[in-house]
Amino acid sequence: MASYYESKDLKKFGEIGQHAKQLADDFFRYYGNVTGTDGALTKREKALIALAVSHALKCPYCIDAYTTQSLETGANPEQMMEAVHVAAAMQAGITLVHSVQMQNHLEKLVA
Amino acid sequence: MNHDFEAQLRRAKIELPPLAIDTLQVNITKLCNQQCRHCHVDASPARREMMSEEGITRCLEILERHWAIGKLDITGGAPELHPGFNHFVERAVALGKHVMVRHNLTVQLDPHPITGASMEYLPEFFARQRVEVISSLPYYQQFFTDAQRGKGVFAKSLEAMRRLNALGYGVDGSGLVLNLVYNPVGPYLPAAQAALEADYKRELKAKFGIVFTSLYTITNMPINRFRLHLQKSGQLEAYMDKLLAAFNPAAAEGVMCRRVVSVGHDGRLYDCDFNQMLELQAAGRDGRPLSIFDFDFERTLARRIRFGEHCLGCTAGAGSSCGGATA
Repeated sequence: MASYYESKDLKKFGEIGQHAKQLADDFFRYYGNVTGTDGALTKREKALIALAVSHALKCPYCIDAYTTQSLETGANPEQMMEAVHVAAAMQAGITLVHSVQMQNHLEKLVA
Repeated sequence: MNHDFEAQLRRAKIELPPLAIDTLQVNITKLCNQQCRHCHVDASPARREMMSEEGITRCLEILERHWAIGKLDITGGAPELHPGFNHFVERAVALGKHVMVRHNLTVQLDPHPITGASMEYLPEFFARQRVEVISSLPYYQQFFTDAQRGKGVFAKSLEAMRRLNALGYGVDGSGLVLNLVYNPVGPYLPAAQAALEADYKRELKAKFGIVFTSLYTITNMPINRFRLHLQKSGQLEAYMDKLLAAFNPAAAEGVMCRRVVSVGHDGRLYDCDFNQMLELQAAGRDGRPLSIFDFDFERTLARRIRFGEHCLGCTAGAGSSCGGATA
C-alpha cells in the first residue's frame, strides 16, 4: 500500500519547479545560500538549527537530510540531540507560556 | 543513476595522466589485530598474506635506484605485524627516504595475533627511526570510534597516543609527526578538514591531554567490506548518487594515483591501494602488467591509470586521498 513520506521522495524535491520553475529556482538559490554556506553562522550551526526545526515541524524528509548534514559538517550525536532538546523545550515553553492567556481570561471570568 | 567515473571525467573535460612517482605505497600484509567495519582491505586477525623477503628487498632496491621516489608509505593490515617490518623501515630510513607508517594505534597494545609477542616497543622504534606516524581515529569521541573499529578501541587508541605523545610525537617543535585520519562512520561525506582538525585538537587536548600534528579527512570507498555493508543495508545506490552529485573537478585533478604507485604483498603494482584490493593491476602502455620484479620507472610513469566507479569516492566534495582532502 502506498504511504505518505516515502524516503525516496526526497530526491523529487527539485520537481517542485514543474509548474512554477522560476519560483522554484528562486527558492533553491535562496535555500542554498542560507543553508549551504558558512556565513555569520557556520554550516554546522545552520545544520543543527535546521535539525531542530525539522523536529519541531515534524518533517521526516528534513530529519533524514539534516541528520546527514549535521554529520557531514562535523557535528556529533550529543550536539544533535541537544539541538532536538532545544526544539522540544521551545515547544513546551510555547505551550506553557500560553497559560498566561488562560490565566488572564480566567481572572476576567471569575473576578 | 549511472556511476561511470570515466564518463564523468569526459563530461568535465578532465584527463588524469600520472604526473610523477614520488611515493611508493607498499601493502606488506593483510594481517591486522582489528577488523574494522569500513576496512577496504578486509583486513583481520585471520588474514595471512605477507610480502616475501625478496619483495621487500626489491622495494628497497627500487627506492635506492630512484631518487625521485622520495617517500615510502607502509600500509596493511597492520604493517607492524609483518616480520620484516623493522628491517624495511630501518633500511628505507638509511636510504634517506621519508617513511610513513599507517599505524592503527591499538597494535601497540594487543599481542601479535600469530606469535603472541608484545608490540609495545613500537613507539620507541618509530621515534628512533623518526618515521611519520599516520593513525586512524574516526572521531574524538568513543561513540563513532568504537562503532567503526570495535568496542574498546577508543580507550586503547587514547593510551597509544599518550605513549606517542610522551616521546614527542605530535608535540610542536619535536619534528615527530603524528597525523590522524578521520573517516565517516557511515555513508556520508567527511566534514571540512580544517574545521574538523580544530575540533579534534581542542577536544583531544581538553578532555584527554592529547596532541597531534594534522588531521586527514578520508572518504569511505564503496568497495569490499564497506560496500557489502551498504548493499545489505540498502544504501549503496544512494551513496553512489551522493558521491557522483558531489563530483569536484578540482578534487579530481588532485587524486593521489597521479603521484603514487601502490605495491601489493605479491609485488604487483597498482594505481592505488583501492585498485589493489579490487585486483585492478596496473599495466604499461604495451598492456603488460607492472610489477616490482621488473620495475621500470618510465614505463610505470607512462601507464594509463585504471579507473572505476569507486574513484568517485576520491573526487567527491573536498576530495580524498591517503593525505586527506585534495581540493
